[in-house]
Amino acid sequence: MSTLAYTVSDSRVMLRRNLKHQLRYPSMTLMLIGMPIVLLLLFVYVFGGQLGAGLGVHQGRGAYLDYVVPGLMLVTVAAAVQGTSIMVAMDMTGGIIDRFRTMAIARASVLTGHVLGSFIQTLAAMGILIGVAFALGFRSAGGALAWLAVLGLLALIAFAWIWLAVALGLAAKSVETASNTPMILFLLVFLSSGFVRTNTMPVGLRQFAEYQPFSPMVDTVRGLLTGAPVGDHAIVAIAWSIGIAIASYLWAIRLYNRRRAADPT
Amino acid sequence: MTGRPGMRGIVATDVCKSFGNNLVLDKVSLAVDEGTIFALLGPNGAGKTTIVRILSTLIQADSGDMRIAGHDVVTDPDGVRALIGVTGQFSAVDNLLTGTENLQLMADLRHLSPDAGRRRVAELLEQFDLTDAADNLLSTYSGGMRRRLDLAMTLVGQPRVIFLDEPTTGLDPRSRLTMWEIVRELAAAGVTILLTTQNLDEADQLAGRIAVLDQGRIVAEGTPEELKNRIPGGHVRLQFAGPDSLRQAAGLLPASTADNDRLVLKVPADGTVDSLRQLLDGLHQEGIAAERVSIHTSDLDDVFLAVTGSHVVHGLEAGGSDVESTQEGVAAR
Repeated sequence: MSTLAYTVSDSRVMLRRNLKHQLRYPSMTLMLIGMPIVLLLLFVYVFGGQLGAGLGVHQGRGAYLDYVVPGLMLVTVAAAVQGTSIMVAMDMTGGIIDRFRTMAIARASVLTGHVLGSFIQTLAAMGILIGVAFALGFRSAGGALAWLAVLGLLALIAFAWIWLAVALGLAAKSVETASNTPMILFLLVFLSSGFVRTNTMPVGLRQFAEYQPFSPMVDTVRGLLTGAPVGDHAIVAIAWSIGIAIASYLWAIRLYNRRRAADPT
Repeated sequence: MTGRPGMRGIVATDVCKSFGNNLVLDKVSLAVDEGTIFALLGPNGAGKTTIVRILSTLIQADSGDMRIAGHDVVTDPDGVRALIGVTGQFSAVDNLLTGTENLQLMADLRHLSPDAGRRRVAELLEQFDLTDAADNLLSTYSGGMRRRLDLAMTLVGQPRVIFLDEPTTGLDPRSRLTMWEIVRELAAAGVTILLTTQNLDEADQLAGRIAVLDQGRIVAEGTPEELKNRIPGGHVRLQFAGPDSLRQAAGLLPASTADNDRLVLKVPADGTVDSLRQLLDGLHQEGIAAERVSIHTSDLDDVFLAVTGSHVVHGLEAGGSDVESTQEGVAAR
């Protein structure tokens, strides 16, 4: 077999291992998939009446459902990548990583397995969220092409945040740290245009909200789903995603290779 | 180029490694013949794990030449990885998988064909007495079972050179004996084994050659017999009732060392009946009464203590009193 064939084969083995881990650790997997659903129900049925009243032209709980679904799609990504950090940190703090490193396997396959596994988990969680949203009465004005664009963009965004989560998992000294740091992503979605319009926020916060990556991501998805013009949000969202993906990938690879030199036990 | 009789499985020459300002390995050299067991013996922090991590490509040495079955560790790490197996101090198993799945994972990563992989997995489960627990998650495994599975995983790819870093630490006596038996069988099958241990008995039982590593340097090397011969004859230990008789006896026997706190005198002796009778007669004639006598033949413990320098030296190093050698020991740290 060629080097490429080995890389593909090893990555597939690692992906299968990662998916098995997700099934064997159901409490975490279900929590990560279930959290966005719980938030959806909470925001639509508890807060939705009041929040929907402030939306302007189309008002009410139903309108808020349409408004908040793009935000929750990003929450879904943020929740899923928390699992990525935990899984990566579990591997790195356990003994098995040393075994992999003393074997003649494609070096990157360990990380590739995590990235692909998390990607599949994120897509599954996204599918469930969209299904529940439709069951609650969510309707989209966007056509098939718009949906395709939404899924493509969400995939790109997921890819970027997953690599960041991999790096955070590698940087973490313990599994506990790894499960906490990605919470920042979670918070960032709340501090974006995901749940309320940024123009209702006080000035400093509003500026932060408008210039952080989640807002253009949410705005692009929302624009595509409601049929409203997307403007330059799409370019900004894509640029953020590619930038985060590349920076995180380089950081992760550096951390992964550096671990060889450390550890004087 | 490999596999011929007399070939070296492992050769390391002048390996140095520092972590920051801390020199962990200071020109360590060792050579292990193919199909033999070599034990690296040393206290905690001596650098045993570091040398294993370097030879198994996990970390890089600062300098030195290292070859595994002819492959250079630095320039051909993948060539080395294809030949070696490593079982470390911390269990390198996947806790969220079953025993079978752990072994299958190794078979897949070793690129065995599906059939060959399945056969090898079943074979190892059988050999390591894990067939009954094969489909249980590892969370249900005992310490001994995990260690056996760990070694079984190392053997999936049929490595020619195996590194065992303290393979029996924390195992109960029965599991330890099982592990020893497995290690002996591997060596008999032609596998080269580098074993680290703090357990002198383990090194004595298993290894053809032993190197004693202390503070990053190899301070003694040889067969177990050669090492034991470095402390000729052992010593006789005399217990006295009071400091006066101890002092008198020490005056009579200049080669001895006194432990004033415990009122013990250690006298070098070759272990023969005649020498013992002579010693006791001598004391008796001078009217010195010893309370108890015990004979201590040399074992690897003596060698270990004598060469690792962090101990109270006994009669071998004539003239050195206990107090002085203790201070030397402390200073050497």
